[in-house]
Amino acid sequence: MNCAEFNLLVHAYVDGELDVMRSVEVEQHARGCAACAAKISAIKSLQVALRENELGYHAPASLRHAVRQMAAPAEPQPRPQDWQWLWKFFAVGATAVAVVALMLRSATLSEFNPVLGEVVDAHVRSLMANHLTDVLSSDKHTVKPWFAGKLDFSPDVKDFTPQEFPLYGGRLDYLNGHTVAALVYQHNKHLINVFIWPAETATSSSEQTEHGYNVILFDVNHFHYALVSDMDSSEMEQLAGMLGEQK
Amino acid sequence: MSATDPQAHFEQIVMPHLDAAYNLARWLAGNHHDAEDIVQEACMRAHRFAASYRGGNSRSWLLAIVRNMAYTWLKKNRPQAVVSIDDEQLAEIEDPAVPAFDMGDASLLRAALGELAVEFREAIVLRDIEGLSYKEIAEVADVPVGTVMSRLARARKQLQTYVSRKGEV
Repeated sequence: MNCAEFNLLVHAYVDGELDVMRSVEVEQHARGCAACAAKISAIKSLQVALRENELGYHAPASLRHAVRQMAAPAEPQPRPQDWQWLWKFFAVGATAVAVVALMLRSATLSEFNPVLGEVVDAHVRSLMANHLTDVLSSDKHTVKPWFAGKLDFSPDVKDFTPQEFPLYGGRLDYLNGHTVAALVYQHNKHLINVFIWPAETATSSSEQTEHGYNVILFDVNHFHYALVSDMDSSEMEQLAGMLGEQK
Repeated sequence: MSATDPQAHFEQIVMPHLDAAYNLARWLAGNHHDAEDIVQEACMRAHRFAASYRGGNSRSWLLAIVRNMAYTWLKKNRPQAVVSIDDEQLAEIEDPAVPAFDMGDASLLRAALGELAVEFREAIVLRDIEGLSYKEIAEVADVPVGTVMSRLARARKQLQTYVSRKGEV
């Protein structure tokens, strides 16, 4: 790599938008070229300055209020009920699916359980759209604080690298109109999405399959968990077991 | 049974991104009053189209609407600000390395950002303040990722030059 090529790639490199191979080439070039290495630190110090000088404006309360009025001419549902209602879909749907699946083998399961379908859709979408993680790290001390300020709850984040289920990263996702935490784990070549959101009522766990994906639902510590993966169910159960262990 | 209450749906896909929406509008329009009008118009449009929003990145979706509103406003009220840049001309010219230095002066940085061309300012706000990925910025600004990259490079260079020049006593 020469300096001209470096110049074309250095911004993408600093922004983490460059693939591994070219990132390594950029770093190698910088190690041997002081002028180019200085460019990296110049960009970084600019970014730090932009971040730390609080140049971002927050929406004023008047605007927030006005936009809320657009959404809610009627009285909105109180929040706790929203979470309960979302969970009821899983619980009711899980039973319905089990019964109906026996009778109608070729029926599309998501007809009977739209929220289960949505969990699988969210999983598939995360794999396709190159938006698997917003925070890419296996360090729970990086991933857990990332959610602060983005969610009104704090998901429990654990890494299971010694058990061969390393934490890959995290992101926000939406299920049925609610913002949920999504933790991504890896096992062999499989990726597993673990969706987490607060539970108002306790419900029993269930395992089912939708479009070839395995889905495990359970509660831990007043949170609902939904695991989705193309991994086989015994491995899913292993991860579910580890997630379910209280600290 | 409808899985989503449309109003709750609108709240969920708009409210979390209201700060980002206002921030973008504020930096594009240059003042609070117009930024507020732009965001309100954008949210009304978002509300109209909320039923057709089919998932995916709701922040990019909303910011693209805000951006369009802002540019419409700019073309009407400040046409000279929306000079079209020939992105072909943004080929990277070898500049001397700008040394890293302490950029602790917020007002200087604010002024510098305000001086940038609209498309450059937008790239900096979306990337370095809001933290969008190149792909998300490309979706919001409706340009290819390569254009995002070259605008960012140019914008950052101009910021550094502005601050280093003005910073000299």
